[in-house]
Amino acid sequence: MSVSTTGPDPMGISGPLHGVNSPDPARSGKGSRNSRNSRNSRNSRNGRRRGRPGSKRASKLTPYAFVAAAVGLLVLLTYLPAANMLWYSLNDWNGFGPVDDFVGFDNYIEVFTNPEIFSVFVVSLYYFVGAFLQMGVALYFATILSFTTRFSNFFRGVLFFPYLLNGVAVGFVFLYLFQPDGTLDTVLGWFGLADPPQWLGDASVANYSLAATSVWRFAGLNFILFLGAIQSIPSDLYEAAEIDGASRWQQFRFIILPGIQRIVGLSFILAVAGSLSVFEIPFIMTSGANGTATFVIQTLQTAFSFRQVGLASAMAIVLLVIVLVVTWVQRKVFPDEKVDLS
Amino acid sequence: MSRGVSSFLKYVSLIGAVIVVLLPLSVVLFASFKTREEYSTTGPLDLPQNWFNFDNFVTAAVQGDMLTGLINTSIVLVISLAGTIFIGTMAAYAVDRFAFRGRRLVVVLFLIATLIPSVTSQVATFQIISGLGLYNTKAALILLFMGTDIIAIYIFIQFMQSIPVSLDEAAMLDGANRWTIYWRVILPLLKPAIATVIIIKGIAIYNEFYLPFLYLQSESLISTALFRFKGPFGAQWELVAAATILVIVPTVIVFVFLQRWIYKGLVSGAVK
Repeated sequence: MSVSTTGPDPMGISGPLHGVNSPDPARSGKGSRNSRNSRNSRNSRNGRRRGRPGSKRASKLTPYAFVAAAVGLLVLLTYLPAANMLWYSLNDWNGFGPVDDFVGFDNYIEVFTNPEIFSVFVVSLYYFVGAFLQMGVALYFATILSFTTRFSNFFRGVLFFPYLLNGVAVGFVFLYLFQPDGTLDTVLGWFGLADPPQWLGDASVANYSLAATSVWRFAGLNFILFLGAIQSIPSDLYEAAEIDGASRWQQFRFIILPGIQRIVGLSFILAVAGSLSVFEIPFIMTSGANGTATFVIQTLQTAFSFRQVGLASAMAIVLLVIVLVVTWVQRKVFPDEKVDLS
Repeated sequence: MSRGVSSFLKYVSLIGAVIVVLLPLSVVLFASFKTREEYSTTGPLDLPQNWFNFDNFVTAAVQGDMLTGLINTSIVLVISLAGTIFIGTMAAYAVDRFAFRGRRLVVVLFLIATLIPSVTSQVATFQIISGLGLYNTKAALILLFMGTDIIAIYIFIQFMQSIPVSLDEAAMLDGANRWTIYWRVILPLLKPAIATVIIIKGIAIYNEFYLPFLYLQSESLISTALFRFKGPFGAQWELVAAATILVIVPTVIVFVFLQRWIYKGLVSGAVK
């Protein structure tokens, strides 16, 4: 092996990493237990050892051939639209013909000054509060189901199941539940509540109903994520705590909560980003009527119903910036202790 | 003693949660078996008289275009999944096993992309799809489902890291080229990760509503077929209920058989 790996590499095939590792052939002997860097340069050396002329250039291009499709689609369907969106947002454009009516920041000024647009942010607050309730409920059930419980698989399955359901189906199920004299009213009647509100028809109630539907639908995801995190905490910690006479609450406070801090942090960004980009449930159930239009419904209607693609792009960019800021703040508050993919 | 009380409260709260989850679904199930007349004269919590009255399901499936929706969804699902798996495993192979210029950039590009809420960027993605001449075709959906899947790539990379590099090296000594290694060594070993991606992504595609609603107006997918019930059948709740149950049933079946995989997949997909 050392015969072929020593010496300069005139083509610079394996990039800068190769230069670091190759003068030390001894390293490659124990390379399989070393960092990925040395591992990779070892691979490319092996590749070179086959020594067919012309295979050098080919092996240099190989990794690009493997990522090409993924990166190509990523650029085509994520970054190109994002860049276009930025450009559209600076123009007054209706979606047809050339984009040539440059208006600078007018669209952004419109987003922040037109009360009809800006007020839909208020709707997000219902979902934001709902998301916190949802996390609380999920954390409670994840905690109690992580201790020994009868039928725990059944309870887990039922609690998680709504998350898997089709959004349109969930919308219809709750449209049915909320009907006047429907299921919910009947159940409330048993408890003596005779005069229930119009759950979806009354503008002062509709957003609560929709946010509750959203909690019903998504609590299962939080639940399963929390449960997974709790179960990855080594069980001898509980045993030790049990021996020391710690109560269940103390075990929760001092073992579970710190142990799942990271996933709680992640759920928090998902909650904020999610409550700003709520779309399916209100769109399916009320089409945004009765003051239930969310920012995304408003954005998409502006783009596709009112053909104001420039303005809609500005709205989408504003949302994107808010999501990025929230994520950045979350990273600062809950730094990621794990080494990431890069 | 207090353990007894807390245990009692624990089960009460669990049963309460089960009722909250299952009641809304049960009443829809009840409604789906009722006849028109029965529906209008009984309360939502009354059980149907005849549990074998499948008329509503037949009407919903035939008149509501649910069968076409199911077929179209299956086509889109199978092609998109195959595409996602090949594109994703190849990218993961490159990112994990090669040191190449731009590798870091590729990883960062994937990371940042997860932050963009895709529903809003449709404003601009729409222009790209219609520019490619794919508007109102299944190809548009297939392309979007293949192209927007970053979670799958993460799962593959994560799993790839647990496959020993010595296997690649052994194959290489036997004279295998990179493609052969990917195809013969890596891909078979990635089976568990592929199963995870098929489940998670399959459920996501089956449930996706907005993309088919926006890009495939003239044909039905399962979601859009159900959504159309809002119009002509809006007042016939027993039909809407039957259609809703038809959409839910496959999810129940998949869930019952693949529970463990789904949990695992979601945990690894969301955390990493």
